[in-house]
Amino acid sequence: MDIKDRMKIPKQSMPEQAPAERVKNFREVPYGYTSEQAMEEAKRCIQCKKPLCVGGCPVNIDIPWFIDLMAEGKFVEAARKIKETNTLPAVCGRVCPQEDQCEKVCVIGKKGEPVSIGRLERFAADFEREQGEVAIPVIPKWSGKKVAVVGSGPAGLTVAGDLVKKGHKVTIFEALHVAGGVLMYGIPEFRLPKKVVQSEVDYLKRMGVKIECNAVVGKLDTVDELLENGYDAVFIGTGAGLPYFMNIPGENLVGVYSANEYLTRLNLMKAYLFPEYETPVIRGRRVVVIGGGNTAMDAARTALRLCPEEVTIVYRRSREEMPARVEEVHHGEEEGLKFQLLTNPVRFIGDHEGRLKAIECVKMELGEPDESGRRRPVAVKGSEFCMDADVAIISIGNGANPLIPQTTPDVKVNKWGNITVDYETGGTSKEGVYSGGDIVRGGATVILAMGDGRRAANAIHRYLTTGG
Amino acid sequence: MFEIVEKRQLCHTVYLLRIKAPRVAAKRKAGQFVMIKINEQGERIPLTIVDSDLKEGTISIIVQEVGKTTTEICALGAGDNVMDLVGPLGRPTHIENFGTAVCVGGGIGVAPIYPISKALKEMGNRVVSIPGARTKDLLILEDEMRAVSDEMHITTDDGSYGHHGFVTQILQKLIDEKMKIDIVIGIGPIPMMKAVSNVTRPYNIHTLVSLNPIMVDGTGMCGACRVTIGDEIRFVCVDGPEFDGHLVDFDELIMRNRTYLKEEKMAMEEFTYHEGTGQCERCET
Ligand SMILES: Cc1cc2nc3c(=O)[nH]c(=O)nc-3n(C[C@H](O)[C@H](O)[C@H](O)COP(=O)(O)OP(=O)(O)OC[C@H]3O[C@@H](n4cnc5c(N)ncnc54)[C@H](O)[C@@H]3O)c2cc1C
Ligand SMILES: Cc1cc2nc3c(=O)[nH]c(=O)nc-3n(C[C@H](O)[C@H](O)[C@H](O)COP(=O)(O)OP(=O)(O)OC[C@H]3O[C@@H](n4cnc5c(N)ncnc54)[C@H](O)[C@@H]3O)c2cc1C
Ligand code: SF4
Ligand code: SF4
Ligand code: FES
Repeated sequence: MDIKDRMKIPKQSMPEQAPAERVKNFREVPYGYTSEQAMEEAKRCIQCKKPLCVGGCPVNIDIPWFIDLMAEGKFVEAARKIKETNTLPAVCGRVCPQEDQCEKVCVIGKKGEPVSIGRLERFAADFEREQGEVAIPVIPKWSGKKVAVVGSGPAGLTVAGDLVKKGHKVTIFEALHVAGGVLMYGIPEFRLPKKVVQSEVDYLKRMGVKIECNAVVGKLDTVDELLENGYDAVFIGTGAGLPYFMNIPGENLVGVYSANEYLTRLNLMKAYLFPEYETPVIRGRRVVVIGGGNTAMDAARTALRLCPEEVTIVYRRSREEMPARVEEVHHGEEEGLKFQLLTNPVRFIGDHEGRLKAIECVKMELGEPDESGRRRPVAVKGSEFCMDADVAIISIGNGANPLIPQTTPDVKVNKWGNITVDYETGGTSKEGVYSGGDIVRGGATVILAMGDGRRAANAIHRYLTTGG
Repeated sequence: MFEIVEKRQLCHTVYLLRIKAPRVAAKRKAGQFVMIKINEQGERIPLTIVDSDLKEGTISIIVQEVGKTTTEICALGAGDNVMDLVGPLGRPTHIENFGTAVCVGGGIGVAPIYPISKALKEMGNRVVSIPGARTKDLLILEDEMRAVSDEMHITTDDGSYGHHGFVTQILQKLIDEKMKIDIVIGIGPIPMMKAVSNVTRPYNIHTLVSLNPIMVDGTGMCGACRVTIGDEIRFVCVDGPEFDGHLVDFDELIMRNRTYLKEEKMAMEEFTYHEGTGQCERCET
């Protein structure tokens, strides 16, 4: 097929649950491509000699190569090709902000719609998994070295996967009762089914990674004790922690949640199945979500599925500045999500029992650009107004998880509490201790956390084998 | 899985469980707690570590039946397992030789005050304890408390045992009698901790209380356990559980602990009568 013909193929749209239907359940929204669609979409790639897409992917997946395999219907081979560089393709294909990464720079996108790289990646990974047991690579003989990985989010999982494949023994310590980090407790089922995450975790276990849940490093063993007790290196991937609040009156009223708490109750603890599952959540009649990022969008779309009368996003800038993925905002809108933009809460108002009943807000306008280059929102005097609300979900970001730095003072942190590392190696100020993911970057993305994990794994391997 | 190796009924609704958790047992210090989730569907709830046995690798917890999860835990017996147990969480109590320490425990609060009294005693403090209960049958750990106290005053609300009245009356009496008190530690129902803090405030006696908000993760990630201390928001699971009683906004804590009253009642009824489907009528969730 020549390039001209390829360029004539229209972008294959992804079938998905209708909005009116999906807002009543927690099942995944897109169904995924059919094999025919996947092959058709793969044919749209013109197999660039200098593929820009590869540079757009933080872990540099050989995109044209795997897409070429898919165009021939060799899906399992394609999945294996992807896995040479990306341990979690079924996850990344679903949650990567592709429009800002690989697909943003795809040449086909210059004139029309870029190749749907993420959807193809997802298809290949799902196809391989649904074929039955995924083949595990040959694991080399034990090197004699042991590595402890703290935290089982995407950063930790990547480090663990890479290092077992190099012949080291790896144990992951996870504070929660399940492995997966934000993939399990934060991102909702309808965007990332938990069985997908679970099968990635099982795959690591089959490769020989030991995972110990219910193990808080710093409270059980400290990093120093791990190093004394036989681990030759430690990777810290403890993610973001400590949700920020707004420090305005009424913030501790009943019904005011952090997005972390709200999402943890619903995703990790399955509060939507209460009382069969025992963790409760306030379902709410009028739910207000404060913030404009992916987390806010996830909280809002989760709230919609508990059938309230109304769910509204309150965001202090305008739509253009919203950091959430366009696709998620669009999905939310289809599901009936309301937006109250250029608005900021100033006070939560409660009833006589201390339950939230309204939020006083102020209108904002955009002033001069700030350090981030975005125009700074400023309050419009006298524009205060009240919104009814019995649930408010604050989603304005997280600070750094302090547990490890508190108990390991020689691991240096910056003024926000994020661990400082050498970017190329992930090495911290302490010998043999590496770090990456959100604990280093503040809030980032799954694929960046994995990229950090990959670089750290290479550096740890060098450290273990050559000492440097 | 964590095996329960021993269960003992302490009084009508209170049980002591000894659970195999050798690594937690080796690390825990007075004042710390664990989060327990008994099965797949279970809630994660915080429970104080009352004691540990290094040889056997066990920790002891004392649980009072107040709702569904605690009732389910109390229904377990030796040989049963709890699915998840994580700890030791929270900051250990700061133990030093203060001089004279008055340890006030109300109801189930005697359970967490016991390991602290013991640690204070071992540090050389003079421990004056005031364990209280609504009635004689509800008083727990009497012998254990006596063993670590230099002086002990038992109170019951109904006068069925010890002093007839509240723990705060004894505390006030000790102050009036000019006992030199260097620190007061009060643990029990929130109104009791509030009352203890109110008694000591005018005399500027350093007073610690141990707060028991609703928790989810217990590791500082969710903010469910936030409380107001002075002008600041603090997270009990990582900054606490102990705080200066004179700075705590107790009323707010009482209010926040009532968040799920309706749901808890529903869960308990369902648990007791096995009725209802719990489904929202309007949708599949
Ligand atoms: C709601 C939400 C939606 C998101 N959506 C997207 C998206 O669509 N696309 C995207 O790319 N990114 C998204 N992100 C961001 C992305 O999830 C994170 O950047 C990524 O998960 C960071 O990975 P990590 O491995 O650094 O840490 P995490 O995933 O945070 O995992 C850290 C793990 O370490 C554990 N831990 C912490 N302390 C200890 C300790 N002392 N001992 C043992 N274990 C410990 C934690 O319990 C946790 O499981 C989202 C984030 C959230 C919260
Ligand atoms: C740090 C800490 C240590 C604790 N140590 C112990 C202990 O050693 N032994 C023990 O029996 N309990 C202890 N608790 C309290 C225990 O966690 C709660 O009793 C338990 O979560 C209630 O769960 P439930 O499902 O049985 O009851 P629910 O159905 O959730 O609640 C039933 C009743 O208890 C009240 N309640 C709910 N949550 C709490 C809470 N956190 N504290 C007090 N009352 C609550 C509710 O308002 C309601 O009236 C501790 C709490 C904390 C935060
Ligand atoms: S991992 Fe993410 S950025 Fe890389 S190719 Fe896949 S979807 Fe694109
Ligand atoms: S840039 Fe686009 S067309 Fe070119 S190789 Fe990558 S995916 Fe294919
Ligand atoms: S219980 Fe979640 S932060 Fe304390």
